[in-house]
Amino acid sequence: MSKAFTPTAAKPGVITANDLREGHSLWMCDEGWTRDPAQATLFEDEAIADLALLKAIGQSDLVVGPYLIEAKRGPNGPEPTHFREAFRQRGPSNYFHGIQADKQAEASHV
Amino acid sequence: MFDVRPVETDYVRHRAAQFRAQVARRLDGSLTEDEFRPLRLMNGVYLQLHAYMLRIAIPYGTISPDQMRMLAHLAATYDKGYGHWTTRQNIQFNWPKLVDIPDMLDLLASVGMHAIQTSGNTIRNTTTDAFAGAAADEYLDPRPYAELIRSWSTDHAEFQFMPRKFKIAITGAQHDRALVAAHDIGLRVIEQDGRTGFQVWVGGGLGRTPMLGKVIRDFLPEEDLLPYLEAIIATYNLSGRRDNKYKARIKITVAERGLDVFKAETEEEFTRRRRDFLGADREALAVFRDRFAAPSFRNAPVEGYEAERQANPAFRSWTDTNLRAHKVDGYASVIVTFKAHGETPGDASAEQMRLLADLAERYGHADLRISHDQNVVLPHVHKSDLPALYLALRGAGLATANAGLTSDIIACPGMDYCALATARSIPIAQEIAAHFRDQGLEDEIGKLNIRISGCINACGHHHLGHIGILGLDRAGVENYQITLGGDGYDIPSIGERAGAGFPYDQVVPAIDRLLRAYLEVRQDASERFIDAYRRLGAAPFKAALYPAAEAAHA
Repeated sequence: MSKAFTPTAAKPGVITANDLREGHSLWMCDEGWTRDPAQATLFEDEAIADLALLKAIGQSDLVVGPYLIEAKRGPNGPEPTHFREAFRQRGPSNYFHGIQADKQAEASHV
Repeated sequence: MFDVRPVETDYVRHRAAQFRAQVARRLDGSLTEDEFRPLRLMNGVYLQLHAYMLRIAIPYGTISPDQMRMLAHLAATYDKGYGHWTTRQNIQFNWPKLVDIPDMLDLLASVGMHAIQTSGNTIRNTTTDAFAGAAADEYLDPRPYAELIRSWSTDHAEFQFMPRKFKIAITGAQHDRALVAAHDIGLRVIEQDGRTGFQVWVGGGLGRTPMLGKVIRDFLPEEDLLPYLEAIIATYNLSGRRDNKYKARIKITVAERGLDVFKAETEEEFTRRRRDFLGADREALAVFRDRFAAPSFRNAPVEGYEAERQANPAFRSWTDTNLRAHKVDGYASVIVTFKAHGETPGDASAEQMRLLADLAERYGHADLRISHDQNVVLPHVHKSDLPALYLALRGAGLATANAGLTSDIIACPGMDYCALATARSIPIAQEIAAHFRDQGLEDEIGKLNIRISGCINACGHHHLGHIGILGLDRAGVENYQITLGGDGYDIPSIGERAGAGFPYDQVVPAIDRLLRAYLEVRQDASERFIDAYRRLGAAPFKAALYPAAEAAHA
């Protein structure tokens, strides 16, 4: 994890945090915060990302510990580049819990 | 000055109420996260990778059936139906919501449990032998002393903001099952010239700088326990480094300043402190001794047990591996392993917890222990009850006959849960256990202690495993270093790194080569892996781990 990560057009990034009340992982999106990492806003400019991170830090009534992390453009939205974030976006490997389970539950409601 | 709290439950309830108010102030914006973090950590609440985590203290691993039922209730109501036994005899819940934790703490307080000092730079849970009060090789049950230490160290005003966390372990047995040499302070209850006292160890610990402790006092009279502990910790509290988190544990203080200097300062402090202890500690110890009095053991025939062993090979196999010698004839201590092949080491479902509570009441004098190797022990079971106990355990998937074998692996939560982790450890443990079951080699390999940590902080105690596995992040890829020759029991020793690390998918093949090499070189089945390693040195095992390197040298 690199909290000092600086996004550029070549190495874009997303902002992630945890939900204050419930603890689950969240990603910053254009409308606020989302539980779907593919909906996250991709930052390609250091100054814009820094402003957004300041905004996230200012939302400490909603989220805990926001940080910038490297991401790459994927066909369905931003994707993680490091395995830590990949696990965080999926959930634990020993049980079908966390985001992977939330996504399945959501899909079955559609 | 040490004072015994007459109504301790009131204190625990008070702390729970205090935390409820702190959570409310965090949620309404009165407290920032920077202000709130130390408050939540004082109550065992961490923020992990996917969620909050609540670590609950199980003092010296001893838990009553009613407390176990409460943990089951919390698992079913506020978590995802399970909890995780830790390597420090505590339990962690991986999925609580912050808004629910005040309710969880209230419920815990109703059965005298809490999460106080399960985090932070304080004196943590005092750990001990899971067979305390039962083991055949025990001189004295160490738990009255452990309770005295718990009572004294809980909310000890002087020791709430130390340079770093502080861990004490105590054993009363000849065979050290409490890892005394690997703790900040280790205590061995001993007898000298007809008096009971302690051999006191200091400065042991694992983490990024693993060190075995040193003896600071060969014999400390029993009545001096608390003043001497207080002297050691006060000395450390002043002289321990606060400039560098990685050099802040007492092991570094002792190593940098020298045991002689540290001991001289401790002894001087002890002389001063001793005067302040006016006897309340000794009175408390007498009360705690009564509380830990042995149950009324029964004298009954054990023929049924022997007959069932002859008749039922699966039962016989389980009794061969999962029983330990008891100090009373006709009794045994039972290890219920939470290491079924392919399952998560140390995870217990709410149903399993409830069953254990019932079985402890029916067959085990209502006594349950959490062991540091992430299993549960029923310390006192009459052998005539073992066939029925076995059947009940088997029905719940809790009768795996693997205590002390290859699949009885210690593993930290790793990167599946922990925010500090650099790699996963749970799936490595699952795959090793399943692999050796599928190969049918577990019985042949015999006694073996594998320990896995998902980062250098070493919660999985990998340095003390006969085979240790340490998961690291090497240039953005999971990579696993293997250490050999560690031992947390007979001859405490820190394992040595075998060589370059392995990528995730090469760990099981590497361990397979290593153990097949062991089977080739051992003298006979009675020579354990660790014995063969000590006899032969690392060379044949390194050759098995790195066959290509060996070929290149040839």
